[in-house]
Amino acid sequence: MREGLEVTDAKAQTIGAMDALIAKYVDAQGGLMRALIALNDAYGYIDASALPRLATAFNITKAEVKGVISFYDDFARAPKGEHVLRLCQAEACQAVGSRELTAHACKKADVEMGETRADGRITIEPVYCLGLCANGPAAMVDGKLRARVSEADIDALLQAWEHEA
Amino acid sequence: MTRVFIPLDSVAVALGADEVAAKLAAIEGVEVVRNGSRGLLWLEPLVEVETPKGRVAYGPVSEADVDSLLAAGLLDGGDHALCLGLTEEIEFLKNQERLTFARCGVTDPLCLKDYKAHGGLSGLRKALAMEPQDIAEEVMTSGLRGRGGAAFPAGIKWKTVLGAEAAQKYVVCNADEGDSGTFADRMIMEGDPYLLIEGMIIAGLGTGASKGFVYLRSEYPVAKAVFSEALERAYVEGLLGESVLGTGKAFDLELFIGAGAYICGEETSLLDSLEGKRGQVRAKPPLPALEGLNGKPTLVHNVISLCAVPTILAEGGAFYKDYGMGRSTGTMPFQLAGNVRRGGLVEKAFGVTLRELVEGFGGGTRTGRAVKAAQVGGPLGAYIPPALMDTPMDYESFLKIGAGVGHGGIVLYDDTADMAAQAKYAFDFCAHESCGKCTPCRIGAVRGAEVMAKVIAGNDVHGNLALIDDLCEVMTDGSLCAMGGMTPIPVLSAIRHFPDDFLKGDKE
Repeated sequence: MREGLEVTDAKAQTIGAMDALIAKYVDAQGGLMRALIALNDAYGYIDASALPRLATAFNITKAEVKGVISFYDDFARAPKGEHVLRLCQAEACQAVGSRELTAHACKKADVEMGETRADGRITIEPVYCLGLCANGPAAMVDGKLRARVSEADIDALLQAWEHEA
Repeated sequence: MTRVFIPLDSVAVALGADEVAAKLAAIEGVEVVRNGSRGLLWLEPLVEVETPKGRVAYGPVSEADVDSLLAAGLLDGGDHALCLGLTEEIEFLKNQERLTFARCGVTDPLCLKDYKAHGGLSGLRKALAMEPQDIAEEVMTSGLRGRGGAAFPAGIKWKTVLGAEAAQKYVVCNADEGDSGTFADRMIMEGDPYLLIEGMIIAGLGTGASKGFVYLRSEYPVAKAVFSEALERAYVEGLLGESVLGTGKAFDLELFIGAGAYICGEETSLLDSLEGKRGQVRAKPPLPALEGLNGKPTLVHNVISLCAVPTILAEGGAFYKDYGMGRSTGTMPFQLAGNVRRGGLVEKAFGVTLRELVEGFGGGTRTGRAVKAAQVGGPLGAYIPPALMDTPMDYESFLKIGAGVGHGGIVLYDDTADMAAQAKYAFDFCAHESCGKCTPCRIGAVRGAEVMAKVIAGNDVHGNLALIDDLCEVMTDGSLCAMGGMTPIPVLSAIRHFPDDFLKGDKE
């Protein structure tokens, strides 16, 4: 009983924080986009519980909110792995071996492109251009840019992640 | 104090510039300046040291090189295996015609004083003393055409917005630089952000718009950080706000971040996104110049178009027009990318040939193998074989070979590249990025990828290629915007110039 109450409190708190976050953007230009970006940044994904709150705040339907979320690649609808590796899949990186690098990374990490591994440790995602096109293959590793990424770099990265406590 | 320049540019940072900067900043007597990139990207991180003879360059410098560089007398411009001599004398840089990128890599991007000391704000000061009609006329005279890819005459757009009556008008900068092989917008926003701010204020003055937005893609975290900081400082310094430079003329500017959708680089889709919606393409008319953001007259321009404006106002439209050839006036920042030995940014007047860029500046492929193709103008651009590389880079000449200059990106491929795989990718990318509004693009891209997979598998190759030809005609003529309308360009150019790659699975 006591435990259940705590959960409810925590949920109410999160919803309160969510509402406060959303309220900041209600009158801003393109407010819904800004609110979604803020939620995505704050929680790592946009929880389904945010949909009715966004709909009420912006006076639109839940379907419209969902339509906006599903349109943009950045908006996640479920939590991602502890580590996120984004590998560029666009032409300039293809020209310097990104297809082979991607296959190598997915195999080594034992995860499909665009998926999070079952243990929740690693997500590998495609990204279409990081603007590092003269220095490919390019990647974003937990938000940090990396250029001229080699298979050895991927191996070192994955090894470091696997050996974390 | 010895001034040492280490770029804050994304490329430099992605290759360890922050670590090099931290190590050098800890040394007594060293003042580290985080500059923009010079655009010699194969040499990043490029470290420059200020000496009495001029700036001496070293690159590419890693954290591990710092000790040996210091031992060799780095701070006096001493010789070392990584020493490249005086920066200004490096061939790649010396042979350029830099107007828009003149300051990029030279100055401290966030220092407004430095910006002014290198000619910044002189265009704006002139514009502030002019009538809006005269500002728009100056842009008209320059012959500037939209640098985002569509190459529409900028002056006509300015006059249309200026002539539209409305209580509120907007200037919107398209910084959703999603084309693979392009990074000019990113580089200038990181390396000379006040230039874009100045260009946007002038655009506001020339069109009667008091409010601007920069729509920046989320994949550019460094540009976001640098430009945000520049905006803040511009307000503090009175460059933006209720009274621009104390003249009583107002201009407000806000940064807006996208969320990972290539299609938002299409101007009407961008406007919908900026209104907080799905980034779906709008049918034209109405033109954004008359009914754009929030239904109000809106001048939408690419970063590089707006960054050309301060030069046009400072030096005059006629000065700008003197560069280039025919109806392609001014300069273009070309970007060498992909499998290229010397990748980077080359600002030249229109008319330089593709071969001069690929072989002269670029030095061929990074792998050292033969060049197979260059894709010019992003994912919707043509694959061009070496035989056509003597074509001058200008809008008209490129149109004649069934290609486009686009945003100036050039992606190089060596002879191991498979053009059938690239053609299939063009359809796959279109399927992934289509906004879904019109049928030729939404369905055509998926069907195109399926049919191309059959071609690659050797399944009725000739019949399926004929089908692709037919499909491409429908997509070209029937799509609402360039996404579906131009996806056939990479596909058909690959088939036309590299037929063997498509026939190799043919079992007949």
